[in-house]
Amino acid sequence: MRPQAFINARLLDPASGLDAPGTLVVVDGKIAAVGRDVRADQGMEVIDCDGACLAPGLVDMRAFLGEPGFEEKETLATGGLAAAAGGVTTVAAQPQTDPIVDEPALVGFIARRARETCVVNVVSMAAITKGLRGEEMTEMGLLHEAGAVAFTDGWQPVANAQVMRRAMSYGTSWDLLIVHHAEEPALARGGHMNSGEVASRLGLKGIPPMAEVIMVERDLRLAEMTGARYHAACLSTGEALESMRRGKQRGLRVTCGAAAHHFALNENEVGEYRTFAKVSPPLRSEEDRAAVVEALKDGTIDVIVSDHSPQDQESKRLPFPVAEFGIAGLQTLLPLSLELVHNGSLPLLDLLAKLTINPARLLKLPAGQFARGAPADLVLFDLDAPWRINEKALKSKSKNTPFDGRPVQGRVLRTVVAGETVYEQEGA
Amino acid sequence: MVPPAPPQPKAAADFFPHRDLLGVAGLTEAQVNYLLDKAEIYAAQNRRVVKRTNLLEGRTLVNLFFEASTRTRTSFELAAKRLGADVINMSAEGSSIKKGETLIDTAMTLNAMHPDVLVVRHQDSGAVALLSKKVDCAVINAGDGSHEHPTQALLDALTIRRRKGKIAGLHVAICGDIVHSRVARSNIQLLHIMGAHVRVVAPPTLLPAAAANLGVEVHHDMRRGLRDVDIVMMLRLQSERMQGSFVPSVREYFHFYGLDYEKLGYAKPDAMVMHPGPMNRGVEIDTEIADDISRSAIAEQVEMGVAVRMAVLDALSARLPNFAPMNAQ
Repeated sequence: MRPQAFINARLLDPASGLDAPGTLVVVDGKIAAVGRDVRADQGMEVIDCDGACLAPGLVDMRAFLGEPGFEEKETLATGGLAAAAGGVTTVAAQPQTDPIVDEPALVGFIARRARETCVVNVVSMAAITKGLRGEEMTEMGLLHEAGAVAFTDGWQPVANAQVMRRAMSYGTSWDLLIVHHAEEPALARGGHMNSGEVASRLGLKGIPPMAEVIMVERDLRLAEMTGARYHAACLSTGEALESMRRGKQRGLRVTCGAAAHHFALNENEVGEYRTFAKVSPPLRSEEDRAAVVEALKDGTIDVIVSDHSPQDQESKRLPFPVAEFGIAGLQTLLPLSLELVHNGSLPLLDLLAKLTINPARLLKLPAGQFARGAPADLVLFDLDAPWRINEKALKSKSKNTPFDGRPVQGRVLRTVVAGETVYEQEGA
Repeated sequence: MVPPAPPQPKAAADFFPHRDLLGVAGLTEAQVNYLLDKAEIYAAQNRRVVKRTNLLEGRTLVNLFFEASTRTRTSFELAAKRLGADVINMSAEGSSIKKGETLIDTAMTLNAMHPDVLVVRHQDSGAVALLSKKVDCAVINAGDGSHEHPTQALLDALTIRRRKGKIAGLHVAICGDIVHSRVARSNIQLLHIMGAHVRVVAPPTLLPAAAANLGVEVHHDMRRGLRDVDIVMMLRLQSERMQGSFVPSVREYFHFYGLDYEKLGYAKPDAMVMHPGPMNRGVEIDTEIADDISRSAIAEQVEMGVAVRMAVLDALSARLPNFAPMNAQ
């Protein structure tokens, strides 16, 4: 591959705080030079960015890629295309596949399959408990050696505090990251949307915000007890975020994420039983949504995720209570996140940190930054371009988005993985 | 034909001023050395054709085992018989304990039969000490719950002293299921009394809370934990603890914590391997190491077990009920 020079770029690297016009040079799929004074040499392939933003490719630490076992919803190939179109260059695949990723050999299988079929980087999260049953811990050491970047039971909470405590404690030997769907299952069981006035009017059983708060509180205490590295995957309530804020103040090694739909939407989106707005944790009240934005601002939320949960038509075109949870979010992650910049909530670099270097550091990946020698995983985007999200343009095998028709600002122009362009906007 | 008892020091009771042996806690370095010196003599005697003496002639020792055991019970039985005592074995099976009798009632009943020594193993920590308060005879703790197993620690110390010539200053790594292990607790204390440096090596789930406060160096990585140690003590991991509650699987446990030659290579070249038994080959210890007589002291530990228990009985004999010095006969 010829060396490449991305010239006339607005270089954005949250890891180093860089926000300046300049050039980025890629040699052998790795970042060789970056900065204001870097020049393109003879013989380089020159890509004129024309003033557009060039940032490290996004790292999405919560996405379900379907394979193996749920190929009708998503495959590594289609999920990879959706990621590329969304500027996401590394995806941490969730373990609730079939078979479940609770066996070291499966981590290797997914890595091989991704290399063959997927245009972006895929790393695996492995299960905390065997079969996601919440009873016995997996071979966390061997899974870690096989390449698992973190441990989670996916959409399944670990209900038993003793099991969670032991898993957290056991994982400290390798400083493993425990990622949890923080929801007290006894309180959430049977619920379909946020409990509150909207659910009451619709006659839908609610999932109380307290289900999240109680689990986060429990987990923070367990993290304190064990010294574990803990990450709440996807928080949706102001109270749970307040708990997290206090946990961080106490010096615990805890972090949390939020999904784009939890700051972009509230429970009213359910409207007349729109199953595309059925998601776990559920869309919450407007106060909770505003609290998520606040927690993004003050740094309580470290990471923004897509929580990509592709669901085929058969799973969503059903009465609300029996429809599956989930939003296909990989491709809309960046434009929805950029709304926070356009509405003045967050500076651009702060936002990008939550999409690049922060998740990369949590997963101990070399991605997410413009360091010399780091993989040339890049996203080039037009910060201001206005457009409408169109479900038909989604590359994911499943089109379950509640954002169809939403006007957004900021569009991915090109996505690069290890120096290879894996997505280019038509007409760009 | 019966060889005379080893000469009793004039005031044995002063050298070992205890009625019972409930734990290592409370012993001094001098008392431990006193026991080990005695045990050396018995070890030599046990290799002779005639192993019997009459120190405990007429005395009755009751092995009261609430928890199954073969080697410890047999070892105590042999030790007592070689000192001339009568031995009764009682186990929880087929006794009134199964019929719901409380521990204290069992103790009172036995006490009324005037035994001289009770050797007790019980599944509950602290149970042996409780029982000792209700009887007039000497009580030896043969293992109470996860608390203490003093004769195991003593026989380990004797084995170390014989092989290494000393205990003070040695580096000892105790590896495996520390949290459930009475052997570990007794050994940590005894090795401290004798001036050794102790490390524990285990996954965090198999360590007791505040392990570092026990005065040991805590390691989760076997290679780091074994670096330059003189002694590697492996502990048994019970199978019900390997199914995901404390440890994910046997495969993972052996991979990270099983003792094989590669990991043993981090210890000193002449490091000695010990195991209290019974071993799980291929779980906590590679079968070749277990059988390697140049590295493994496992058989010697069993041999020293009898000698140490004879020494303990000997030391306690000075305070047995109705004691009259044998020499006076």
